[in-house]
Amino acid sequence: MAGILKRFVRLRTASAGLAVLTAVLCLTILTLFLSPNGRGEVNLERSLRPPSLGHPFGTDPFGRDVFYRVFQGARLSLGVSFLARSISLLLGLVLGAAAGYFGGRLDSLLMRLADVTFAFPALLLLIAIMAVVSPGFVSLFVALGVVGWASVARLVRAQVLAAREREYVQAAKASGAGSTGVILRHILPQCLSPVLVIYTLGLGMTVMAEASLSFLGLGVQPPDPSWGRMISDGIGFMRTAPWLTFFPGLVLTLTVCAFNMVGDGLREALDPLSDRSRSRVTGGGDGFVGRDRVQGG
Amino acid sequence: MTYAMFKYTLKRILILIPVLWGVVTITFIIMYVVPGDPVLVLAGERYDEKTLVEMRRDLGLDKPLHMQYLDYLGRVVRLDLGRSFVTRRPVAASIAERFPKTLVLAASAMVLAVVIGVSIGGLAVYNRFAWLGNSLMTLSLIGVSIPVFWLGLLLINIFSVRLSLLPPSGYGGGSLAHLLLPALTLSFASMATVARVTRSGFIDAAGEDFIRTARAKGMGEIVIIGKHAFRNALIPVITIVGTDFGSYLSGSVLTESIFGWPGLGRLIVQSIMKRDFPVIQGAVLFMAVVFVVVNLLVDLCYGIIDPRVRVGSGRK
Repeated sequence: MAGILKRFVRLRTASAGLAVLTAVLCLTILTLFLSPNGRGEVNLERSLRPPSLGHPFGTDPFGRDVFYRVFQGARLSLGVSFLARSISLLLGLVLGAAAGYFGGRLDSLLMRLADVTFAFPALLLLIAIMAVVSPGFVSLFVALGVVGWASVARLVRAQVLAAREREYVQAAKASGAGSTGVILRHILPQCLSPVLVIYTLGLGMTVMAEASLSFLGLGVQPPDPSWGRMISDGIGFMRTAPWLTFFPGLVLTLTVCAFNMVGDGLREALDPLSDRSRSRVTGGGDGFVGRDRVQGG
Repeated sequence: MTYAMFKYTLKRILILIPVLWGVVTITFIIMYVVPGDPVLVLAGERYDEKTLVEMRRDLGLDKPLHMQYLDYLGRVVRLDLGRSFVTRRPVAASIAERFPKTLVLAASAMVLAVVIGVSIGGLAVYNRFAWLGNSLMTLSLIGVSIPVFWLGLLLINIFSVRLSLLPPSGYGGGSLAHLLLPALTLSFASMATVARVTRSGFIDAAGEDFIRTARAKGMGEIVIIGKHAFRNALIPVITIVGTDFGSYLSGSVLTESIFGWPGLGRLIVQSIMKRDFPVIQGAVLFMAVVFVVVNLLVDLCYGIIDPRVRVGSGRK
């Protein structure tokens, strides 16, 4: 564990990602408790002020501080994403493990279902679902969670298939352990690291999907701020107050980027083999003429 | 077409059938749970009980669920996607009118991603452009992390509002000036990734035996790169552009609404606002089918470019 942590910290991009996430998280938590000068409140006297020291991201047409609202919105974006990914994870773990362990009809049924889920471009499926259910926090994260189950399930299934034939699993079975026990105690712990990676990488995608949905007006309804909605609300002010669209998008991009960086970092830290493939791809100045390169796998 | 290729193609097409059936079923289920009575939406403000009953019968909504499902399957097979609640136009006709515009946008984005991406990736191979090669990783990370709707707004802000170089939105009869910004927005995510894999594809190819053979035969560097290394680097590029095609389709929903591009994505967004469910259902179903078919074509392309795929049972 310590080795993994050390390897993770040594990856510069991953640490940078973690730093960004920590900062976003801290600011988000701060907005829960603090609202200096009623920053989140409507105050038409300070409507549409450009960015300044007092209001680093400027103010919106209602005089609300954009910086404050961005991190108020982070509460929603991050909360929805964590919950949604947890639903995907739970569904994917249970269904993927069942498919891989029991095989047969159940396996082919579940995997065809995964194929069908993959047959939709994810955002389109989400749009279709959110267009018909009544929009809100719960329907949002359930929809995001359900759409994300298939990739987790496929991964877990593949891991379980590989683990199923191992000797210690066979031994556990032979000594009379039940299926649930074998899956929970002997097989799933083996799948944890790739699952952790896919969970984190998925967080970035989920934050993005949530923002896209609320940009289209299919997310959480006002007055709750969300990044996508703040951007779409700011479009009308693009000439006069470009900060209304710029800063929420910037924080959104940074957050998604950070999740991807941390996910990539975790993958490398948990799987020392991928270290080599990375240095092979990005390894500095080996030009086209460098023929003495070591051939990878 | 060789026998192996034929068998591979046939197998891939057969796998498609249950997937498409599933896609149709899911769109049916989603639209079946629409809250409220669709007939009430249709009837508008002036209705009496008798017309409602008639409309329900006309739409087949009084039948049991399984009959409605079978009806729906039958209609989809005949390419009848119902009529819009709002305009009463057949949904299929609206799709046929809008889709070519989305296709133009997606195809332009694809071309931009490949042309710019491969050029950058090809340049980055040379030591002189090592800085470029090193920043590709970061660039592609940003490329996949930047929300397409925000990027679109940034580009509008720079090129239309500040510099007044390009029109901010609209179709403009499909003119290049109107196409450029939305296509660039849509292509951005794949562009940097294409550059990255092109570079590593070229570098990998440099170590391959067939390149050494080509060199030993005395072929010129340009021919080696252009003919042999390029082909090797092309496979991952096709993978990326192919798998990204779905994101071009979903991304077109966002890009089109920002740039006012009158394609299928914009139709979906407009229909959501009007709660025009048959149009949403038909358009989403259609896009999913296009997505599935494109994925199939990409898979078949591998078979043509890389003979090794044909022999095996396909990708895992």
